[in-house]
Amino acid sequence: MFSACADPKSIEGLTWLGCYLTSGKHLDFYMSFATVMLLLAVTAPASMLLGFGGAMAARSQVAPLRWLGKGYSAMVRGVPDIVYFLFFVIALDQGFEIVKQQFVCPGWDQPVFQGLEFHVCPAAKVPVATASPFVFQAYGFGLAVITFAIVFGAFVTNVLYGAMQAVPRAQLETAESYGMSHGQVFRRILVPQMWTYALPGLANLWMILIKATPLLFLLGVKDIVYYARELGGTKTQAYDYPHPDWRIFYFLGLLVFYLLMTKVSEVVLGRLSARLSHGQATAAGEAMRKAAT
Amino acid sequence: MTMTCAETFAAYALRSIGIGEKLLPKTDFTLCQQFTLIGSGLIWNVYFGFVALAFGFFLANALALAKTARSPLLRKPADWFVFVFRGSPLFIQFFLAYETLVLLPRSGINVLGMTVDTSWLTKAWAGALIVMVLNTAAYSAEIFYGALRSIPKGDLEAADAYGLTGWQRFRRIEWPTMLRLGWPGYTNEAIFLLQSSTLVYFSGFPAFQQQGDALYYANYFADKTFNPFIPYPIVAFYFICLTLAVIWLFGRVNRHLNRHLPQNMRSRIRLRPQVIR
Repeated sequence: MFSACADPKSIEGLTWLGCYLTSGKHLDFYMSFATVMLLLAVTAPASMLLGFGGAMAARSQVAPLRWLGKGYSAMVRGVPDIVYFLFFVIALDQGFEIVKQQFVCPGWDQPVFQGLEFHVCPAAKVPVATASPFVFQAYGFGLAVITFAIVFGAFVTNVLYGAMQAVPRAQLETAESYGMSHGQVFRRILVPQMWTYALPGLANLWMILIKATPLLFLLGVKDIVYYARELGGTKTQAYDYPHPDWRIFYFLGLLVFYLLMTKVSEVVLGRLSARLSHGQATAAGEAMRKAAT
Repeated sequence: MTMTCAETFAAYALRSIGIGEKLLPKTDFTLCQQFTLIGSGLIWNVYFGFVALAFGFFLANALALAKTARSPLLRKPADWFVFVFRGSPLFIQFFLAYETLVLLPRSGINVLGMTVDTSWLTKAWAGALIVMVLNTAAYSAEIFYGALRSIPKGDLEAADAYGLTGWQRFRRIEWPTMLRLGWPGYTNEAIFLLQSSTLVYFSGFPAFQQQGDALYYANYFADKTFNPFIPYPIVAFYFICLTLAVIWLFGRVNRHLNRHLPQNMRSRIRLRPQVIR
């Protein structure tokens, strides 16, 4: 990328290291950190929405809706979620292809499962075979986001349902006695009050979500784990930058990255928790009141 | 050639530890094969989970004590240990451990004229187990530390009044109370540790001669049949059974720990979903 790096074999020392760390593959590696951040940025709100919907469904007066909400939140108990990750990616992919087949080749009458193979008409492949590698990557990433959102949505459902139940009954009854409707109580009292009860659980989930991001690797996305293995592996003289097995350093780097993410999150969430506890009738709120007087 | 289910069971029930049929089924997968092989893989999940818990328990106790120590020489290293193992993904810890262990010299290390063989450390049964022991120790230490800090003041004052000090006070008052208070949290830890053992064969550690855990075989079937709707629910079924077994086992211990208390003061085990680490 720099003129000094034109012939990597002839340079050494710090220049070599500088050139090595700015090679094209390394720039891809740095970009993959952005992929992780993007995953967090998309998944967190998406699973919050799913979780909010799930918690509302679990509290519903309508029985089938309530079963749906409760069933969704029970889904994640007792089963390792890596199972869901592996399952949803194939299931979603096949689902998309079957649905697309109904539209793009309606006349196609061959069965989808032929012995050991999964067959849709060529035009119904998602993405189509001629698509660019970027589209394949983006599609893999999209599948990963949906999978993460479904699994974490179930966790969030659990937390928010508990938080809604934890809001003191007296507050809701007071609101009702003022003549507020069901929806008004929900919007004006329950939702604003529940966050202080939900925050410990949500903070915990955020930490878990951060630590779940390397599972992107299992879903076939070229993420930081993929590049750490790729770049760290032994490079012979055939490569521009030959070096022995350096994977341990790359993984140490990833470890530090995750520890930093955890530390920063801890600090931010601590502040948020202090803000939300302010004036609340909880132990934390009481402690703040005492400290202030 | 078709096998009856009993024959399949005989051939594959212990396949994951290298006993029985060498070759995995390649075509004509039956439901019986999937149940047997995935169940066979479960042996490894149970091994990783319970052995790691057994060793990790002692380390966790030591770490929890070190975390309450006054001297920063004891406290700081324990704090850092817990932070590193709880603050980073287990998945990355497995990778890092594997890449570190393969760097050890193949021929062994020379210690005082004796050659110590190191190649076994790169095998999953040892390498991954070490990571899991350290990981569960960190998580459990945090649980026990919290429990130590919430021992009722009255209990400690009563111990003082009886003239119990030092080791005696710890052995007879603090430790049993810590265990009792921490046990519901520890039960959850045991469940999640068992579940996270499914990560082992997806994180660098190779499955020697296709001897893997439950998820390894489920993944094998899903790859071969392009049908995720059978093998993964089988794994889920097995893990729900395993979870129920753990809850039953730990529930009995919990009852034992709470046996001296009146009914309304006993602590209950509540299953809390929080899985990946």
